[in-house]
Amino acid sequence: MTETHTLSVLVEDKPGVLARVSGLFSRRGFNIISLAVGQTETPGISRMTIVVSVEDFPLEQVTKQLNKLINVIKIVELEPAASVQRELLLVKVRADAGVRSQVLETVQLFRAKVVDVAPEALTIEATGTMDKLNALLRMLEPYGIREMVQSGMVAVGRGPRSITAASAR
Amino acid sequence: MTTATPRPGTPGPKPAPPPGRAGAPAGRQNGAPGQRPENRADVPGPRSGPEQVTGAQSLVRSLESIGCDTVFGIPGGAILPAYDPLLDSTSVRHVLVRHEQGAGHAATGYAQATGRVGVCMATSGPGATNLITPLADAHMDSVPVVAITGQVARPLIGTDAFQEADITGITMPVTKHNMLVTDAAEIPRAIAEAFHLAATGRPGPVLVDISKDALQAQTTFSWPPELKLPGYRPTTRPHGKQIREAARLVAGARKPVLYVGGGVLKAEASAELRELAELTNIPVVTTLMARGAFPDSHPQHVGMPGMHGTVAAVGAMQKADLLIALGARFDDRVTGQLSTFAPDAKIVHADIDPAEISKNRRADVPIVGDCKEILAELVEAVRAERETTVADLTAWWAQLDHWRSTFPLGYDWPDDGSLSPQYVIERIGAIAGPEALYAAGVGQHQMWAAQFVKYENPRTWLNSGGLGTMGYAVPAAMGAKAGAPDKVVWAIDGDGCFQMTNQELATCAIEGIPIKVAVINNGNLGMVRQWQTLFYEQRYSNTDLGTHKHRIPDFKLLAEAMGCVGLRVESKDDVDRVIRQAMEINDQPVVIDFTVGADAQVWPMVAAGTGNDEVMAARNIRPLFEGDELSPGVDEVSEVTERALEEGGSQ
Repeated sequence: MTETHTLSVLVEDKPGVLARVSGLFSRRGFNIISLAVGQTETPGISRMTIVVSVEDFPLEQVTKQLNKLINVIKIVELEPAASVQRELLLVKVRADAGVRSQVLETVQLFRAKVVDVAPEALTIEATGTMDKLNALLRMLEPYGIREMVQSGMVAVGRGPRSITAASAR
Repeated sequence: MTTATPRPGTPGPKPAPPPGRAGAPAGRQNGAPGQRPENRADVPGPRSGPEQVTGAQSLVRSLESIGCDTVFGIPGGAILPAYDPLLDSTSVRHVLVRHEQGAGHAATGYAQATGRVGVCMATSGPGATNLITPLADAHMDSVPVVAITGQVARPLIGTDAFQEADITGITMPVTKHNMLVTDAAEIPRAIAEAFHLAATGRPGPVLVDISKDALQAQTTFSWPPELKLPGYRPTTRPHGKQIREAARLVAGARKPVLYVGGGVLKAEASAELRELAELTNIPVVTTLMARGAFPDSHPQHVGMPGMHGTVAAVGAMQKADLLIALGARFDDRVTGQLSTFAPDAKIVHADIDPAEISKNRRADVPIVGDCKEILAELVEAVRAERETTVADLTAWWAQLDHWRSTFPLGYDWPDDGSLSPQYVIERIGAIAGPEALYAAGVGQHQMWAAQFVKYENPRTWLNSGGLGTMGYAVPAAMGAKAGAPDKVVWAIDGDGCFQMTNQELATCAIEGIPIKVAVINNGNLGMVRQWQTLFYEQRYSNTDLGTHKHRIPDFKLLAEAMGCVGLRVESKDDVDRVIRQAMEINDQPVVIDFTVGADAQVWPMVAAGTGNDEVMAARNIRPLFEGDELSPGVDEVSEVTERALEEGGSQ
């Protein structure tokens, strides 16, 4: 099992910043498992959630190299136990009248939602940790997955504190 | 390269500015330690503006305001607007080079010689891509350089326009930072940020790409601009606790070594280093990037470590119980095989870049900060520690002295009666002396220049250490001479390197930059040939350049064609006389073709892929560091050679 870490990275919202981060990972041989970017509550600051595999390099090297990028403002590691970590999954499953009720049962078990219906297929939206979504996919596989798309992981620390507050200016 | 737009007539040479001018953006002056760099106080230069100008004028005014006195460059279509106001500038001298690579290395040489930010300029597309090698070079060696490139006009960006290249995308991995400016109002801040980033923290190259329409637009110039770098906060003050911990180790170590890297030169910390060394009597090794940081004549200096370091320096590090690494990065050319490097040593690692610490070798005491401040605080802390603990280094010094006297640096004269390249380089160093500056290319001549010229002063040895850029010497020497016109500047080059960038001799001749070039002409790509001799059964694949066999090119005639004085030396008897003759010529560049033997080799040597314990003082002579046996271990040598071959050690 690969050891992974989840990093929240606050960056200046400037052209090329994603390329700087992904370029750094590829040229240093760091391995990205997932990467998601979006705006924050502070204009001009974006937040990246990066899941990295640290098989070959210590996490310290990854964060130190990331910190050297001029557009990177702050890096926080989010421990799984002390943070909420979610991914979004959209999956189109073959579900004709014969199996539809079984598929819907699975959807309910995973607290997922049906967001589109067609006579022979259902599109399901699910959020959760990587483990939960993998479990859902295993359950849906026998029916036939026609198409699926997954977001990168986003994560936020539990409790009242904000990692962005101190960086806002 | 071609351009659709004609290049304008270039101005005649402007007089070089007086040395030591005020307001120069030297790295150590800007960037108050511990402060966020987000205020105008960090931007040097006189207050001025606001006034209505073009973007191009704003660029030139920004360069003037920040104290830039020399720009190396070539105009072309997209950068053309910037060259118009440059013609009127009385404080910025533009040196028109012959190739953008020359501009980049010249900026590097200027920066390494003076400590100020070196500036180069090029047009979009091929002009900009020609800067990549020097930018990568400056990045690897942490040299403060600002590159300004023209970009096609904003509406054309992304359309594969004529001479368009995504230079910010291309140079991302080889610059400290870069930026694309498409709004004329942003130009002063971009320039101020570029200089600030280049010179502070761990120095490095910064590229500013400016679109042609931004250069042509009307804008308002005022100085100083406000820096907006919320993610840039280099740590310069070391942590007190780590300093005390380091001092405790320093005071208690029985076999300590000060492992000095280029960071000590960049921090201008030679005086502090000397104080610490003399206080503690600890031996000093200076890496290829740090030659001159500690005087070679000092009795505590045991030489350069690494692949071609002295046996004493390599042995000192291997047997040390404490390495105090100062502005050094445990490069593979220094450590050899990492797993067997300095196995018994604790590591104190001081560097301004936290990412260097524990990157290759885990540090026991990490210290992040500026080497000048670290050394100053370390001296105080060690002094306090020594009131209770003073380690006895007598046995250590006896060991080091034994190595030094048994395996001094040396060379044999070639059997075929040809001239010894080491002798030539040694004599240049002896005659030009320690006040001169020396720039080298990359290869055998570079190693000999690091070994046989004696360096006494900081910023007198310029070379391409990290990237190993052949062709560095001539343009770097040109930049150094432009920045330090009162110094004698020698380029010690190889015949292979020299053929890569000698076009800048024309620049030197026309712009009045009288450098001296010693071409150590062995007719071959010497270092590659040495490896072929040692590791490829003397199968000399594509290393003979024909400069001996055919005398193509004839370097003497080439020099003359370039407006330089061309000289040639083929025998030992002429060496001193011709070097002295070159020393007398100060109104023209001089090139000496030293025709030397092809078979001279660089020793000592640690074969690539092997450990430093297996350093060979000379071919088949291996000092066995175990115990005190110093017998040549011929068997082990062939084993080492085989292993290196198996691992296909590449240069």
